[in-house]
Amino acid sequence: MIVADRKPIEEIIEYIKDRDKVLIVGCNECVTVCEAGGKKEVGVLASALRMYFMNQGKEIKIDEVTLERQCDHEYLEEIRNIVDQYQAIVSLACGVGVQFMSEKYFKTQVYPGVNTCFMGVTEERGVWSERCQGCGQCILATTGGICPVSRCAKRLLNGPCGGSSKGMCEIGGEVPCAWQIIIDKLTALGRLDDYEKLAPLKDWSKERAGGPRKVVREDVRQ
Amino acid sequence: MNQTRAVKTDSKLEKILAAGHLAVTSECGPPRGSDSDLIKKKAELIKNHVDAINITDNQTSVTRLCSLASCIHLKLMGLEPVLQMVVRDRNRIAIQSDVLGAASFDIRNMLCLSGDHQRFGDSSQGQNVFDLDSMQLIQTVRRMRDEGKFLGGDEIKRPPKLFVGAAANPFADPFEIRVRRLAKKAAAGAEFIQTQCIYNLDRFEEWMKQVRDRGLHEKVYILAGLTPLKSAGMAKYMKNRVPGMDVPDDVVKRMSGVPKEKQPEEGIKICVESVQRLKELEGVAGFHIMAIEWEEKVPEIVEMGGLYPRPNPDAI
Amino acid sequence: MRLRYPDTIRIVRLPCTGKVDVGYILRAFEKGADGVYVVGCMEGDCRYNRGNLRAKKRVAEARRILNIVGIGGERVQMFNLSSAEGPKFAQIALDMTEKIKAMGPNPVKLKKMKKAA
Repeated sequence: MIVADRKPIEEIIEYIKDRDKVLIVGCNECVTVCEAGGKKEVGVLASALRMYFMNQGKEIKIDEVTLERQCDHEYLEEIRNIVDQYQAIVSLACGVGVQFMSEKYFKTQVYPGVNTCFMGVTEERGVWSERCQGCGQCILATTGGICPVSRCAKRLLNGPCGGSSKGMCEIGGEVPCAWQIIIDKLTALGRLDDYEKLAPLKDWSKERAGGPRKVVREDVRQ
Repeated sequence: MNQTRAVKTDSKLEKILAAGHLAVTSECGPPRGSDSDLIKKKAELIKNHVDAINITDNQTSVTRLCSLASCIHLKLMGLEPVLQMVVRDRNRIAIQSDVLGAASFDIRNMLCLSGDHQRFGDSSQGQNVFDLDSMQLIQTVRRMRDEGKFLGGDEIKRPPKLFVGAAANPFADPFEIRVRRLAKKAAAGAEFIQTQCIYNLDRFEEWMKQVRDRGLHEKVYILAGLTPLKSAGMAKYMKNRVPGMDVPDDVVKRMSGVPKEKQPEEGIKICVESVQRLKELEGVAGFHIMAIEWEEKVPEIVEMGGLYPRPNPDAI
Repeated sequence: MRLRYPDTIRIVRLPCTGKVDVGYILRAFEKGADGVYVVGCMEGDCRYNRGNLRAKKRVAEARRILNIVGIGGERVQMFNLSSAEGPKFAQIALDMTEKIKAMGPNPVKLKKMKKAA
């Protein structure tokens, strides 16, 4: 899933303090699972903002709605009839949803309500960690199914560097060394000889470096 | 002693190694400013006792005068620099361009490194590059030299003639790939290796045995890395704080066992003893003496280690 | 034990304090409560193992938010006691009421009332 983290309430207050009517829009997908932008978080944020502005003696109408997704037209369309009632939208979807909303409702200011962080997993409730950077050319077949692009701090394709210590990365913060895991996995598979195959230079044009990316599938396109 | 190997560049370091002499290299860190005298002074201290001088490349991610410019200063002094290059700060365009820049000054040695993560330095909020990794950097420089081609396939006019080196750490984790990793670097095209500082000689000898078992010492020249300890505090710091460093308890004990004012002397003694012991080890082709901000001690270590005088590469 | 406690307190019954949500606490203040306290079982004695520990964290989060919005986090508190401690329950009710009374009314409620007037 796409993992996001809540933005400080103070930051959102700054965005909307001069508005009269604001709609807070949650998303039922990834940000619900990572507890950053689902219905519950929308409720808490909206409640906090209403109380804050009331306490400031400012009357701001703050409404709440949570959509099934914000990255698909059909769900974003659900608010078409009410959008004009608001001067601003705070979207608690990931950056994808915020933008799609902003593109669709071009005359409405859309603010981000979360910081979108990465594609990752729920290690345990309250702990999410990165697994993929969408490099556009998956190499997991050659690295024991463990990704050095997203999980090695230096994205070394022929790691590890000299900074790996007791299974941990030199950057600290309890980040496991991806190459330690790769080597452990190759060992478990009985394929440690694969380690000695040199990984070729990566084609980063499939990644961010190549500019905004697009997947077009003519076979399913309408 | 190593058997004679074919010489592929005009590198003095390569010539000395190929002739079977134990080579001696050292390194200097460039200043945090633009005063080139500082780098020249450091070089002056050691120039008669080493065959080549590494210039570090923004080590520990702290911004400094660049390695290439420092190497040029040494070159203009008539010395033999080893250009260190990390892949942290350069994409493949900058890498190839800098390699050509170095070659244009006839810099003849290069050490290919990943580089410490930028979080350790003065620009922890900076972007990193890592377009290539250190293995791929080795491959790139070898391709530029041997095939005379850019990565993009175009021909290079007057290809760079660089003797290509890499680092190896016999002590780092994960332990099971220590020798395999060296094999990989050799396969990538590394011609010489400068190791991480060695304090645990037993473990280094064990690693070297495995290196010899795979015949890797015949593919790459291995220069044993040594850093003299200045104090017991430094020994403890290296032991506990520096990842991938193996400082055995008896070394710490030995340093702590002498009064503080005698500790530098003891550190030099340990270093010299290491030289004397490892000189005899099959597969060790030389020494890389990294006296961190203590360059003035390098001559003493080289002399006491029996590595002086240095051979004249022009007479080989 | 016909113990008395202040009649200004409204009790919201939940199956377990693990059901307490930050949103519930905030809504209570938004609707005009001057203080909220959560009474759970003793730590380590939760029938669902961790319900009261979860509640503890959520109470802390509600406090953090209430501080930001200007209501004051100290208006929320969590207590742990066993079901056999009726007198203590009554005492907590008294103490909490005293504490909140000393702090005065929920400022947001006051502003709302002023607006309405």
